[in-house]
Amino acid sequence: MSELTPSQTVGPYYAYGLTPEGRKRWKPGDHYKWKETVGDNLVTPDAAGERIRIEGVIYDGDGKPITDAMLEIWQADAQGRYADPRNGAALPNTSFRGFGRSATDDNGMFAFDTIKPGPVPGPGGRMQAPHIVVCIFSRGMLRQLYTRLYFADEAANAADPILSLVPADRRATLIARRETQNGKPLYRFDIRVQGEGETVFFEI
Amino acid sequence: MSLVYPTQSLSVYPKHLSPGYKSTIKRSPSKPLIPMPHTISELTGPVYGHDAIQENDNDLTRQHAAEPLGERIIVHGHILDEDKRPVPDALVELWQANACGRYVHIVDQHPAPLDPNFTGAGRTVTDKAGYYRFVTIKPGAYPWGNHYNAWRPNHIHFSVFGHSFLSRLVTQMYFPGDPLFPFDPIFNSVTDEKARNRMIASFDLENTVPNWALCYRFDIVLRGREKTPEDMD
Ligand SMILES: [Fe+2]
Repeated sequence: MSELTPSQTVGPYYAYGLTPEGRKRWKPGDHYKWKETVGDNLVTPDAAGERIRIEGVIYDGDGKPITDAMLEIWQADAQGRYADPRNGAALPNTSFRGFGRSATDDNGMFAFDTIKPGPVPGPGGRMQAPHIVVCIFSRGMLRQLYTRLYFADEAANAADPILSLVPADRRATLIARRETQNGKPLYRFDIRVQGEGETVFFEI
Repeated sequence: MSLVYPTQSLSVYPKHLSPGYKSTIKRSPSKPLIPMPHTISELTGPVYGHDAIQENDNDLTRQHAAEPLGERIIVHGHILDEDKRPVPDALVELWQANACGRYVHIVDQHPAPLDPNFTGAGRTVTDKAGYYRFVTIKPGAYPWGNHYNAWRPNHIHFSVFGHSFLSRLVTQMYFPGDPLFPFDPIFNSVTDEKARNRMIASFDLENTVPNWALCYRFDIVLRGREKTPEDMD
């Protein structure tokens, strides 16, 4: 038995603590003014690369939108560099941090404005296709769920060492569709926690 | 420092499906999770410095014009990894109900008063020794709709970042001796008793400040330990 402190659900009331400048339900108003640490816009003015928006709805086992979920994303910059100085790998030469957090709204929708990541090294010296690690928290989830977002327009998906571990008939659940919204690139990434078309979650 | 994150360590976590907590029934995957090797994408994670924090972010009793009502307490401890080494520069966020058991959240309709001097959210970053400290008030118990006469034990929600995105933890801190423990399906979703008890803060008389505030210690152990020769790549 490990000595980890166990996980517990984020519950329904995290918004004023974790997403105080978030999209709904919690407006700071005359309460304590927070300086936002983590939000849903990851773009920094100095970051190179394609600016994209990611949108999706998260559904429960009844196909109902989950209106009190929180998603966190972690990604490399457009050159495939993670902003983590502890790792020893090359760092972004911009202020791009690659970490974001979005609460879902009354329609179960989350959204991020970010930069499309570049490919990063993978196991056995193989490159990984551009992807974003997604971590999901919610009331009714006693521990977080990890999944990955890949991009439909990337030929490198076919050789991705992690996607290849996923049964072929379920891979599509990890691939965001490219659309255009107000003339800008949008990737749509819906998440189904349970049942028909269930999103692939990883045991990591 | 090369760290590993054995998934076996997660055996003390609750199962995704814990039917006693009804909301897990439709919000847990029905298919097995897919194991995968940890890559640079999982082994890295966000780092936040002290610049993210404002002066009163870790003192929930000083965020408004006057002090909140309730029992003032100190909550402190260390963020550690599986080798019990400190995790420095770790962002620690918390949120909680007020002394009456009411959250400042539009969804919370518990008929208990809000306190205009209490928001109930705080954050801090650990120092080089992995140490954090908050001043707050003891949250009240509150009812919820899981089953007839369901009440949550007093608790403070914690969100912590560690050595990598795999160390990410959201948990709840409980108070010693709570009579509601046997009846709470969230607390009891952790089936190992020792692991469950690690979510209970200990009363800390040594750091209780005379004539001012009781102190509770809550150490948090996150995923991640040093690689040993037995760890195969
Ligand atoms: Fe709570």
